[in-house]
Amino acid sequence: MTNLLAPKRHKRLTGKRVSLTISAWVLGFLFFAPYLQMLLTALKPKEEITAIPPTYFPKHWAFNNFIGVWKEIPLATFIKSSFIISLSATLIVMFIAVPAAYYVARNNFRGRKVFLFLVLVTQMFAPTALVIGIFREIAKLHLVNTYLALILIYAAFNMAFSIWILSSFFTSIPQEIEEAAWIDGCSRVSTLIRIVLPLSLPGLATAFIFTFIAAWNEFVIALTLTSSPEHEPLTVGLTALIGFYQVQWQYLFAGSLIAITPVVILFALIEKWLVGGLTAGSVK
Amino acid sequence: MPNMLKRKSRLGALPWIFPALFMIFSFVLWPAFEMVRTSFQEVSSSGITKGWAGIQNYITLFDNPDLPNVLIRTFIWVAGIVFFTIIISLPVAQLLNAKYPGRKVVRWAVIIPWAASVVMSSTIWKWILDPYYGVLNKILMDLHVYKEPVDFLANSKQSFVWLMIVAVFVSIPFTSFVILAGLSTIPGDVVEASTVDGATAWKGYKNITFPLIKPALLVAMAINLINIFNAFPIIWVITAGGPGYETDTTTTLGYKISFRDQDIGQSASMASLNLIIILIFIGIFLKVSKSQEDK
Repeated sequence: MTNLLAPKRHKRLTGKRVSLTISAWVLGFLFFAPYLQMLLTALKPKEEITAIPPTYFPKHWAFNNFIGVWKEIPLATFIKSSFIISLSATLIVMFIAVPAAYYVARNNFRGRKVFLFLVLVTQMFAPTALVIGIFREIAKLHLVNTYLALILIYAAFNMAFSIWILSSFFTSIPQEIEEAAWIDGCSRVSTLIRIVLPLSLPGLATAFIFTFIAAWNEFVIALTLTSSPEHEPLTVGLTALIGFYQVQWQYLFAGSLIAITPVVILFALIEKWLVGGLTAGSVK
Repeated sequence: MPNMLKRKSRLGALPWIFPALFMIFSFVLWPAFEMVRTSFQEVSSSGITKGWAGIQNYITLFDNPDLPNVLIRTFIWVAGIVFFTIIISLPVAQLLNAKYPGRKVVRWAVIIPWAASVVMSSTIWKWILDPYYGVLNKILMDLHVYKEPVDFLANSKQSFVWLMIVAVFVSIPFTSFVILAGLSTIPGDVVEASTVDGATAWKGYKNITFPLIKPALLVAMAINLINIFNAFPIIWVITAGGPGYETDTTTTLGYKISFRDQDIGQSASMASLNLIIILIFIGIFLKVSKSQEDK
């Protein structure tokens, strides 16, 4: 294909390009639409939500629903709990996964296969499948209704993914760079911290954000292990708005949007690395 | 494998991997063991172990007249959702990979259901499907598809289909991004070369693109399999498995038995059965993907 032919080719494809663009935008809208509906409902006053026939847009835009929800439920407490739990679990995962992934990437030790198999097993056991066992264990440890219980469980179940993704990032860093640092008298640990980690920032960011979001969004374990509003994370706390006789949809969705928006932004931030990271991490 | 430290013994690895091993043993394998053990115990409704029960819990479970239907439904749930998710994600990934103005925005939009909590996505779907106030009825009536509002969740068969649609909706983003990851490793000139050779677009896709994204596809399928089997919030929020047990899968049934009926022993046997089922699913999957590779 020479450059001379390129413009002609481009012209020929114009019709196709337009239909491609339109179908892509329609696709994007389809995935966005339910969350748009969430926003439009969150902005309706109470009377309009149960109006028959329903309307697409609010007649009176009730922006104060986003203020009212903080009084209706202890939203600030839920956010604080979600944040403490997710951040602690993520930090534990990083502190555990980085050395394990690094060692696995750089050394062929005896038992390496067994270790990798155990990691794979963790990835296959979803916490939902083990919820009864988890509940029995946490009850025995007297940790029911504590942050610590959720932190430990989330860290344990999300570690596998981070080990996979990080070890493939570490493997891709040329060994020579490290060897040079060794000759300069760097220890193994300081080589890891000063040379390897800065070069693996995309991998670290992906592992960090993935774990954080998984913990932030978890529902079943939190539902089972927490029983008081002070310890409930957002996913469970918001369900308090679903009453037996009526649901306060406007507050439920205002609260949901407050929970969803930051993680969607985080996710969009790593979108660039997501594509490469997923190949590196899972396609092996 | 680099051989920088090949001579290191097993003990040399311990400081690096011990914390990970500790977490796996304490909070993944112990609960699994605890659960299987509980399935052979008699446990009071307040959670106190009364002693061994032999296989009594399993007998009670298999006596449950709803179990056969729940098992069949679980199979339809997993196979149906994984199938449709893959079929739809293949073209979606092509669209995310193609070049057009605003691709980044489209990719962000597709990411939303993946990043958002499934509980919250399920709640908005429950609201969209509401027979009186839901927007889906409004749209369909404005398009003159229906004259009267329809109750989408009126009977268990229909609501189960909608549960599956919601599950496919939340599964597509992850799946198409994994396939996209596979697509982006294919050099552009490989595809270009095939079109120059006169191959039709479909043939080029079948013979060149598809074999190259197959590894990514298999990973996506395996992870979907596990996720869908364990999918809890979609069913819990939209129908709670009801009416009765008519839209339950084994996952929600197990949860109902333990935390609603307070029969912890029986529910542990349900969950242990679940573990065996997922292992069978994974075994079948590994076998199929291996025979595919050998071809």
